[in-house]
Parts: sequence; structure tokens; C-alpha cells
Amino acid sequence: MLPAPPLIQAKAIVKRFGALMANDHVDLSVAGREVHALLGENGAGKSTLVKMLYGLLQPTEGTLLWQGAPFSMRNPAEARQRGIGMVFQHFSLFDALTVAENVALALDGHEPVTTVSERLAEVSRAYGLPLEPGREVWRLSVGERQRIEIVRCLMQSPRLLILDEPTSVLTPQECEGLFATLERVKAEGCAVLYISHKLEEVRRICESATILRHGKVVGSCDPRQESAASLAEMMVGSKVAPARHDRLTVAGEVRLAVNGLSLPSPDPHGPSLRDVGLELRAGEVFGIAGVAGNGQDELFAALSGEMLAEAAGTIRIDGAAAGRLGINARRLMGGAFVPEERLGHATAPAFRLSDNALASGHATNSFVRRGMIDRSATRAWVDHVVKAFDVRKGPRDPEAKTLSGGNLQKFIVGREILRNPRLLIVSQPTWGVDAGAASLIRQALIDLSRSGAAVLVISQDLDELFEIADRMAVIFHGRLSAPLDTEGLRRETVGLLMGGAGFAADTVDEAA
Amino acid sequence: MIRLVLTRRDDAPAWMALVSPLIAVALTLLSGAVMFALLGLDPLKALGVYFISPISDGWALQELAVKATPLILISVGLSLCYRSNNWNIGAEGQFVMGAIFGGWVAIATHGAANGPWVFPAMMLAGMLGGAALAMIPAILKTRLAVNEILTSLMLVYVAELLLDWLVRGPWRDPKGFNFPQSVMFDKDAQVMRLMADGRINLGTPIAIIVVVIAAIMMARTLKGFEIRLVGAAPRAARFAGFDEKRLTWTVFAISGALAGLAGIIEVSGTMGQLQPSVSPGYGFTAIIVAFLGRLNPIGCLIAAVVLAITFIGGENAQISLRLPLDVTRVFQGMLLFYVLACDAVLNYRITLVRTGGAAA
Repeated sequence: MLPAPPLIQAKAIVKRFGALMANDHVDLSVAGREVHALLGENGAGKSTLVKMLYGLLQPTEGTLLWQGAPFSMRNPAEARQRGIGMVFQHFSLFDALTVAENVALALDGHEPVTTVSERLAEVSRAYGLPLEPGREVWRLSVGERQRIEIVRCLMQSPRLLILDEPTSVLTPQECEGLFATLERVKAEGCAVLYISHKLEEVRRICESATILRHGKVVGSCDPRQESAASLAEMMVGSKVAPARHDRLTVAGEVRLAVNGLSLPSPDPHGPSLRDVGLELRAGEVFGIAGVAGNGQDELFAALSGEMLAEAAGTIRIDGAAAGRLGINARRLMGGAFVPEERLGHATAPAFRLSDNALASGHATNSFVRRGMIDRSATRAWVDHVVKAFDVRKGPRDPEAKTLSGGNLQKFIVGREILRNPRLLIVSQPTWGVDAGAASLIRQALIDLSRSGAAVLVISQDLDELFEIADRMAVIFHGRLSAPLDTEGLRRETVGLLMGGAGFAADTVDEAA
Repeated sequence: MIRLVLTRRDDAPAWMALVSPLIAVALTLLSGAVMFALLGLDPLKALGVYFISPISDGWALQELAVKATPLILISVGLSLCYRSNNWNIGAEGQFVMGAIFGGWVAIATHGAANGPWVFPAMMLAGMLGGAALAMIPAILKTRLAVNEILTSLMLVYVAELLLDWLVRGPWRDPKGFNFPQSVMFDKDAQVMRLMADGRINLGTPIAIIVVVIAAIMMARTLKGFEIRLVGAAPRAARFAGFDEKRLTWTVFAISGALAGLAGIIEVSGTMGQLQPSVSPGYGFTAIIVAFLGRLNPIGCLIAAVVLAITFIGGENAQISLRLPLDVTRVFQGMLLFYVLACDAVLNYRITLVRTGGAAA
């Protein structure tokens, strides 16, 4: 008897977007009941490939085989009919509707909400994914929202479940729950295609892996036989050095003191900051861990001065009350800020780099004389940043949107660090950035702190915080935990805090 | 079901921004020729009357400058608003309000011993009037989040009716045989004419100076950068420490002041008195001018001349072709339509998507 053909197979798939070859003759084959990892850095072409497997994109060339027979899909509805389900990185849920209503909307049939709600409760029990069908989505945590998406797929009894970076929004404990669910899904006879760049979890739960780099397959392996270092090498194409990190010996004076900071979120469903306190000292890197949407954006806005605090004394920079000062006044006190969103917040996408240098530096650098912009000064500053931070670009002064994520982030971080700030507040410094740029940026943050500045890093990437932070605290529903020394700190401790354990009972209650 | 999908082209080259209005003008002329043919006229002759006669002699050129001046002043102000995402649609009302405020100075000093300070005072009052009316939508927008498109548009009718009431009531010329109009302004209350035998007046050089100042401001100053950044990326502008609300006030005040200035120059330069209606729609036409001129002060100058041609051509056509003046409106409407359409087609990729019955 011939061996059974793989469940789904992609042969020499090519996908072009204009001049960009997002997928270059990619081969992939997933057997039934297999948990298969698709590994690669941001921009390696993983998302493009799975969007073709889910009918969202059409391949430019190549064939797709389903159990050995060629097929094509015009849209996701056809993929779902075939038994392919997908859980996206960014959920497509309506905040104001209930869990059951959201699921009913997504099902292709015309089932009444009451029967959907019953089936949903049944499936969620069977797979150990507790959900209340009648709850509005905005009340749910990110982990619970992901459960809705998974249950929604499972209700259509899929043969193949595709998960795009599912753990990037979960606490370590929630990840455990997800892995247990995947075991059960697999036991039911469903194959899983698991997209990730987190090597440890891939080694734990996947039995085969395909590795993409720059749109090409560069290898496939059994991740259980590989080390995290060897997988990383395949993914990145070279050895990645961890950031050089001397232990902090002496903490300096307090640069930033936050005391009793409470602030309502501008977003009606967003978490308000509640009684946040922290002390940031010269010479240290301080990390703020937490699952996305727990008040990180609000904290950044409050510290940067984009949102003003209610009392001036709740935020002090070098001892001076700064809570009611705008962002430029805080910059003049030695502050520098790097927001999470590269395009649209840190930079204006259609503006040249020199104009983007002007945007954040017009108060502190001498770019403006008697109201007139000194273009030669802004261009010279761009050259300086580009050289010091190895920003790769085509023309001398391109528009921000033409740079790759990593190069733009190097420019943004460089533009702030080269001003020699005494206080740097940065959110998600390496989110969606290639490994080379990420390690350069992390090193620059450490070097800045060791030169006597205070650095606050808000990040959802625990690995990153463990690598660079001297101390860290966890933000949960707008509250900040007590600071913890990174040395000797266990990930489980942080993970429990990220899930809300150890916070005042009312915090958790209001969340529930 | 068939759906039209517009996706932005990131690779649209910069020259398209300049070519697009030229294509729009060409398409307008083409459509105009078809329209004239359908009306039973010789298209070439009709287009000649419309677009060539206004620039054919010295007198016509002066007239062109007089018509272009208010369009330039208003559209430069509007381009600052539109650049920063503030949609002031009420320049027509601000123009009228400028005429009322400035006209008040002229009427109040009428017949009294006055001097050369009167006209500057009228200009100042006109700018104040236009700015005051423009500040209403600006404040409503920043304080109560009221849509400025609606409020600024509706205030046009308030200003027009106020003027109508004034010239029929308290400001009516007592010796004017009951005509609804104010007294003729004194010599000191009229704009200086630049030529003894023509209608061109000091307003035109003032408009050109405004264009130069605005062009320098937009290209070289931090204020201009602020306006561009707030419009292009509001969150990045907040990160740059720019106050969006204060900017809304500033651009509304500037554009209202410029529209008011245009109003008082028009009234004192070409009419010499207040009448129930002081504008053939300059405030609305200037919206077309601003877009045709790519929201760029120098572009506005060029586009204002193009639109001024349609005004004069329309008057000529009325005389020599016996066409109604509404044809001018048709031309202006087509021009705006084609400008926006060309921008859409050149900047977006348009695809027809057939959605099958099975799709969610």
C-alpha cells in the first residue's frame, strides 16, 4: 500500500507583490495529525504563505494539493468548507457583541444564535476552553478572545487548523492551556500548522518544521532534535549574539519618580491607569512586562506627556514635577520617547526622514532658527543617525514608509539616543524587527543606561526583558506590580503576575 | 454582486500630482465641447468665447485679475485648513461677513471728515469679521466635536441673510430710492485703483503678497510643518508636541480672515457699496481652486486664474452666445469632478470584485 498522501501540500508556490517576491518557490507539506511549525523572522513570508492556504490570497504560481489532489480556493469560505480553519494574530471580533453573536456571525450557515450558543458551550467544554457565550467581547482578556477564535474554528470540525503567532498575546500560563488544547485537537485527528518565531515552544509542541527566510524555504527539520540555537541560526542565517550585559553595580539617583498616577483611558473600553508607582534610577534598564492591552499605551502616553496627568506631582523628572507638562517640555528636561507604532506615531509615513527628525527634535535640537527650518541641519542629523545606527536605505533622505521595519526602528531609536537623553522611555523597541536590528537596538539601550541614563522599556516580549532589564514590574489592568530584580527571577513568577495573580482583588474582579 | 474596491498605490510617482489637474482641465474642455455640440453650437467657437476671449486683450486681463484676486485670497486660506484636515466649507459666509464688518467702517465714516486710514481700517475690520465667523465652527469642533463641514456651511446662510437684512433695513441708503443697498462708499473707503482707466486695484498685489508669504510659511517654517504634519499623521503630530486644537483655531482664523479680506476688497473695489448679494459664489469656487491648486499657495494662484476665466467666459457667453450664466457653474462643477476623479484614478488601483453567493 502506498503511504497516505499529505493532508495539504504546497508545491513551488510563488507570490509576488509588485517587485517583491514574498514567496519564492515554497514547498510545504503537512501530514494528517501532525503539528507542523512554520518558522521564520518577521517578513520571511510566513503570513503570505498561510493566507494562500486559507484562500485569502491567490498564488502567482505553483499548485496546492489537498490529500494528493490539486485544488484552488477563491476565498476563505471555500477553505472552511474544505476543513481549513485559521486563528489570526489580530482578532476579528466585534467588541460590543457577545461571544455567541460573534461566532454566529462568522459561521457560514444561518444558525440562530441560541443553537450556536449551545454548540459553543459544548465545544468549549470538550476542548477545555472555558467561555461564556453570553458575555460581551470587550469584557474579555486577550487570551479569552483568542479562545473564541479557536472555538469558532473547532465548531466547523476542521481537518487543518492554522494558528498565526498564537502565543504572542498570552501569559506563560495561558500558553500552557493552549498547548494542552492543541494536544487534544491533534488527538481528534486534526493537523495543526503553527506559525511562530518562538523557538522554545516550537521545540516543545511541534514534530516537524519548515523554516522560511526571505520568502524561501531554507530547511526543514524535526525541531525536537534541534537546539534553540541551531533553529535560530537556520531562521536568521547567522549566529545571533545575545546582548552584552554587565551586571548593574551601583544604581544612581532617581531620574523618574511616578507616584499615585491614576488616569482614565481615552479608549472607552481601554484600561485606566490606577495608582501606578515606580522609581527609575540612573544607570538601569527597567522593564514593564504585561499582556497587550493592560494599560501599556496609557502608561506611555502619561509618561511621555501626550496625555497629561491630573496632578503635576504624580510624575517627577529629576525631582521636578512634570505631570502637567507637555511632551516637548519633558524633552527639554532630558526625556526621550519611542512609541510602539513606528508608522503613524513615531513617524509620519509619507514624510522624509529629515522631516521626521524635525518632528521629535524641533524643541531640543537646533533645527529651527527664528521660526525657519534649517534643512541642512535636519539632513546632517539624518546622516549622523544613519551612520551611527547602521540604517540601510536607498536615497539620502527617503520617506519613512519606504524603509523596512528594522531599519526604520533603528532610525527612530537612534534619533532619540543620539540626543543623549537622561531618561528614555521606549515601548516595544524590537516588535516586528529582524534579529540583527533587534540585537543592535537592545545593545544601544543597555549602553545608554550604562552611560548614566535611566531607561524604561515597555515590552510584551518577556525574553527581551529578561535579556536587557535590571529590574522589572508587571502591568495588569492598569495597575503596576512592585519591582522585581531580574537576577534570579523565575519566568513563572512574572507569568503569574501577567495573569493577574497577586494584584489587589478589586483589580481582578473588575477585569472578570 | 459586484463591488468596487479602491486600493492605494504606494508607487504613484510625484509627477502625477502635477499632471492630474492638467488632465482634469483637458477632460473638462472635452466635455464642454460635447455639451456645446448638444446645445447646437459650434464647439470650437463656444470654447473660444469661454476660454480665449477672457485673455485676449488688456481690458479682459484686468478683469481677470479682479476676478482671480478673491479666489486667490480665499483658496490660500482654505488650503491651509484642508492641509491640516480642517474642512472649512463656509468661506462664502466669511467673505460676506468680511464685507459686512469692513462695510460698517465705510458706512460709519460716510460723509464725515476722514482720511487715508479708512481703507486700512476697513481691511482690518473685514479680516476680523471673517475670522470671527470662522472661529465658530472651529470652537464647536474642538470643544464639542461638532462636524465643522456642517457648521461652517450653515453659517454661510446666516451671514448672507444678515447682509440681506442690513441692506434692506438699518443700512439702506436713505437717498437710494428704496433700493436695497447701502450708501456709495467715500473715496477714502475705496480700494486704490492701479490704473487710471481700468478696474484692477490694490487687491491683486495684496493677494500676490499673501501667496508668497503662505508659500514660504508652508515650505520653510515650523508652523507650516506643523500644518502638514497634523494633516498627514495626527498621532505623529501629537508626538511632536503640536497642539491639534490650537492649530484648528489658527487655520480657521487665518482662512476666515483671508476670506473676509477678499470680501471687503471686492465690495469696496468693484461695487463701492453693500448690496444684498456681494459674491457670485467666490467662497465655493475657491474650494475648487484649492484642490485644483494641490493645496499649494502657488498652485492656488494658477488655479484661481483658470477659474476666473470661467467666470468671465461665462459672462461673455451670456452676451454673445445667449447661454445662461449657469453654464459657468456646470463648467466649475465638471472641473472639480474631474480633478477629484483624476486623483482617485491615479492614486488608487480600482478593481471590480465579483462576490459569489457563498462568500461570507
